Amino acid sequence: MKLLTLNFVTCARKSCKTLPAAFPLHPRDAELEIVEMELNPKFLVNILPRVEWQALRTVCQELGLPTLPDIMPVQQDLLQPPSLPGRESESQEGEAEGEGGSEEEDALQKPSQTAQDLHRVLLETTIANGKLVCGACGHEYAVKEGIANFLLPSHMV
Amino acid sequence: MSRPEDHLPPDLYYNDTEAHKYTTSSRIQHIQTLMTHRALSLLALPSPSLILDIGCGSGLSGTLLSSLPASSGGPHQWIGLDISSSMLGVALERDVEGDLFLGDAGQGIPFRPGTFDGALSISAVQWLCNVESSEESAAGRLARFFAGLFACLRRGGRAVCQFYPRDRGQREMVAGAAVRAGFGAGLLIDDEGTKSEKTYLVLSVGGGDITGVVSGLEGEVEVEDQRRRAKERGKMSGREKAEMVKGSKAWIMRKKQQMERKGKVVKPTSKYTGRKRRIQF
Repeated sequence: MKLLTLNFVTCARKSCKTLPAAFPLHPRDAELEIVEMELNPKFLVNILPRVEWQALRTVCQELGLPTLPDIMPVQQDLLQPPSLPGRESESQEGEAEGEGGSEEEDALQKPSQTAQDLHRVLLETTIANGKLVCGACGHEYAVKEGIANFLLPSHMV
Repeated sequence: MSRPEDHLPPDLYYNDTEAHKYTTSSRIQHIQTLMTHRALSLLALPSPSLILDIGCGSGLSGTLLSSLPASSGGPHQWIGLDISSSMLGVALERDVEGDLFLGDAGQGIPFRPGTFDGALSISAVQWLCNVESSEESAAGRLARFFAGLFACLRRGGRAVCQFYPRDRGQREMVAGAAVRAGFGAGLLIDDEGTKSEKTYLVLSVGGGDITGVVSGLEGEVEVEDQRRRAKERGKMSGREKAEMVKGSKAWIMRKKQQMERKGKVVKPTSKYTGRKRRIQF
């Protein structure tokens, strides 16, 4: 399960719908996996305003990933030519810079370093196995091989 | 024609063998591809978007979403929801790009409001009309599904659900449930009256762009409250109910409506329905 998806999913129980603690779900015993994927700057521009930045920061912190900047990047940041300096200071993942950067820059001049880092965090970082815990009711949703089990027993719907 | 819904609930019907058969059949693949293309053209997404696939199964339609060329607005990211773990297992083997969820759409859709640009469902909604336990009803499951779908789509978003209704009544029930959830709904039927008839329920959330619309509202604006009207039509006062004679035509029609709402199979109404028998000597 991608971190992007985790940024949108809430507890499935009806009683949790109105509680603010039901979002985000907190990963527990999570095994992370990097799945390479082609960067799609248009998709990032489209999805960015809908990402809950604070929730993403919390989840990254809980997973032990490098901390994200306080302020959410704006859409203009994503499509800067990489020759312009200044965005480097915002880079979030040490190892991501080296891998993602070199290949993409030759082929595609458009996406900036911020876009590549975001792509790495949101779309390439996935939870392979583990649990997702609701902050309100404490229900644990199992994640196996990337598939989250959101099937509730009938008494809990 | 036998319907798979009549045999078993979806999580049991699509076991390992059925799921494998479904995915490898070239005929089903062909039909699914056609329907997904049709649904995508109805969704009319201009740029790469986040899409929910309800009843994604083994990801046949999802593969198409991920591989859509940039000229037609793709490639899209998608999240799939399905109740059959065997189907999802096949999807995992096929190495699909979308994220998969094991879940029952009739229990609601667990995403926060305004998540998706569009939603798509190919041959899945008719399964929601089947009820396996006395605790739930077909109408309730449909209501929860459409309410969840309405919430998780963003304003101006669309959903296209292709489904195989059992009969006219079931088609009306599904469309009615969508309207009650707040969607603007329309039914599109391809090849009507033939064996390959396909029903698409096209749903929209809000009117899209709201800038400049407010100034255009001049003169009298008639607001139709369809839901209240439907309620008034459906409900009777206590006195009316008491006056209705058991066994009369009106009583039979009311009972039939009740059963239809519950998702039961009801015989179509004809000129003989509730007709008095001739008096015998």
